[in-house]
This record gives sequence, C-alpha cells and structure tokens, in this order.
Amino acid sequence: MKVSQIIKELNLIVFSGNGGLEKEVSGGYVSDLLSDVMGNASENEIWITLQTHKNVMAVASLKDLAAVILVKGLRPDKDTLDESNNEDLPILGTSLTAFEISGKLYNLINK
Amino acid sequence: MHFQYSIEGGDFSRAGNASSQLKKLLKQLNVDSQLIKRIVVALYEGEVNIVAHAHRGTIDVDIEPDKVFIRLSDEGPGIPDIKQAMKEGYSTASQKVREMGFGAGMGLPNMLKNADKLNIESEPGKGTIVELTTLLR
Ligand SMILES: Nc1ncnc2c1ncn2[C@@H]1O[C@H](COP(=O)(O)OP(=O)(O)O)[C@@H](O)[C@H]1O
Ligand SMILES: [Mg+2]
Repeated sequence: MKVSQIIKELNLIVFSGNGGLEKEVSGGYVSDLLSDVMGNASENEIWITLQTHKNVMAVASLKDLAAVILVKGLRPDKDTLDESNNEDLPILGTSLTAFEISGKLYNLINK
Repeated sequence: MHFQYSIEGGDFSRAGNASSQLKKLLKQLNVDSQLIKRIVVALYEGEVNIVAHAHRGTIDVDIEPDKVFIRLSDEGPGIPDIKQAMKEGYSTASQKVREMGFGAGMGLPNMLKNADKLNIESEPGKGTIVELTTLLR
C-alpha cells in the first residue's frame, strides 16, 4: 500500500515531504527511542512517534523509512520540516494517540 | 578514499550529518544497501555519543576495496567502565537528552551488532576512541 492511500484511509495531515507520497509501505514501527528505531525498524516502514525534532529525519532517512506519523496533534519543528522536504520523506500527523493510530494502520496494512 | 568530519558536543541539530554523507557516498560506490545501512547505523550511534557525552570529536572514514574503517575520537569525560557501558540499557545521559529519545543505552549495543569489528579505548577525563570496521563482501 502506498503512503498516499494510507493518508486517505486514516485521514492524516501531510506536513511535508510531498515528493515521497507514492512510496510503498511494508509495515510500521512504534517507538519514541531513536536508537530503538535505528536498531529495529526496517526499510519502507512507517514510524509512529511523538518526537518532533530534526534527528527524527536523520533516523528516518538513514533507515529508508517510508514516512513518519506524529501523534496526538503534534507538529514537526521547522528544521524537521525542511529536512523532510529535502529528503522527500513525508511527515504526517494525526490527533489520535500512538495506540489508536497503530491499531488502525495495522488493520489497514494487514487487510 | 579518506574523509574527515568534525563534531561539536551538544550540537544535536547536526548529529547524523556525517552518517548521511557517508550513506550517499557508499551508494555512489554501489555498496550493497543492507551493508550501507549497517555501517550508517553504527556511525550514527557514534556521532550521537560524541554529541551527547563528549565535548568535541573527529570522525575519520577510510573506504577501501574490501572494508570501511571508521575511527571516532573525542575529547571528553571518557568511559571509566567500558564493559558496563556496553550493557543494553546502561546510560548516563541527562534528562533533557532522554526526553529527545536518546539515552536508551542502546547505542553501543547497536554498534556492536552492526559492525564486523568494534574496538573501544578510553581514558577517563581525556576522551574516547571508537573504531568500527565493516567488511565489504
Ligand atoms: N564518546 C563517549 N564519551 C563518554 N562516554 C560515553 C561515550 N560513548 C558512550 N559513553 C558512555 O556509555 C554509555 C552508554 O552508551 P550508549 O550505549 O550509546 O547509550 P546512550 O548514549 O543512550 O547513553 C553512555 O551513557 C555514556 O555513559
Ligand atoms: Mg548513545
């Protein structure tokens, strides 16, 4: 499933990284610890987190993740947003909690 | 091929720059993408450790036909007990650093998992040298 389809189905906000919306998504990873994502997330996954600072983009791009979803109505910092546009790696947003959006994404991807 | 980067302690906004430059370079050299990922995961953790725990540091990267050798040397507090520091979950990171999602005590274990060889030397009160070797198959 493409990032763009997931945005539509889960009603996500697109903050930045519009150039990466046609990427294929293989799954998801939920964590607020950067080393955990570094060590355990896989290529083309969507990362669900509450972290909004620029290092999120460093981790997401080094690991070739498909996109980042910020939970609970959080917004990316300005330099995070710029980096997302540079890398064509979308930052998305939801007002839901990590638990809620993970459940929905899991069901959608495994449908 | 040899590259050098310098790193300032405390400057989280630039953490990951060396890793991302090395990633682009290894891609151009057609290194296997899974291998690139292992190398940059280990280097990123090393970069973050200098930013989070030391005052300043230098990263030297040597790309050879059969291996990538990375040396991170810093001026800083050093690591008094390397065995303890290698334990998953052990961290002396400040509260502020932890709130950013660093300081999970998984950095050195990630380096060990992702490099073919990890060598750490440290002099408390002076600094630390971390060497990462990855074989290119
Ligand atoms: N370059 C360094 N200089 C000083 N101390 C370090 C350095 N690298 C690691 N350490 C020490 O080792 C501990 C464990 O490192 P690590 O596994 O990367 O976890 P974390 O960085 O999340 O604390 C750190 O909390 C710190 O006490
Ligand atoms: Mg660390």
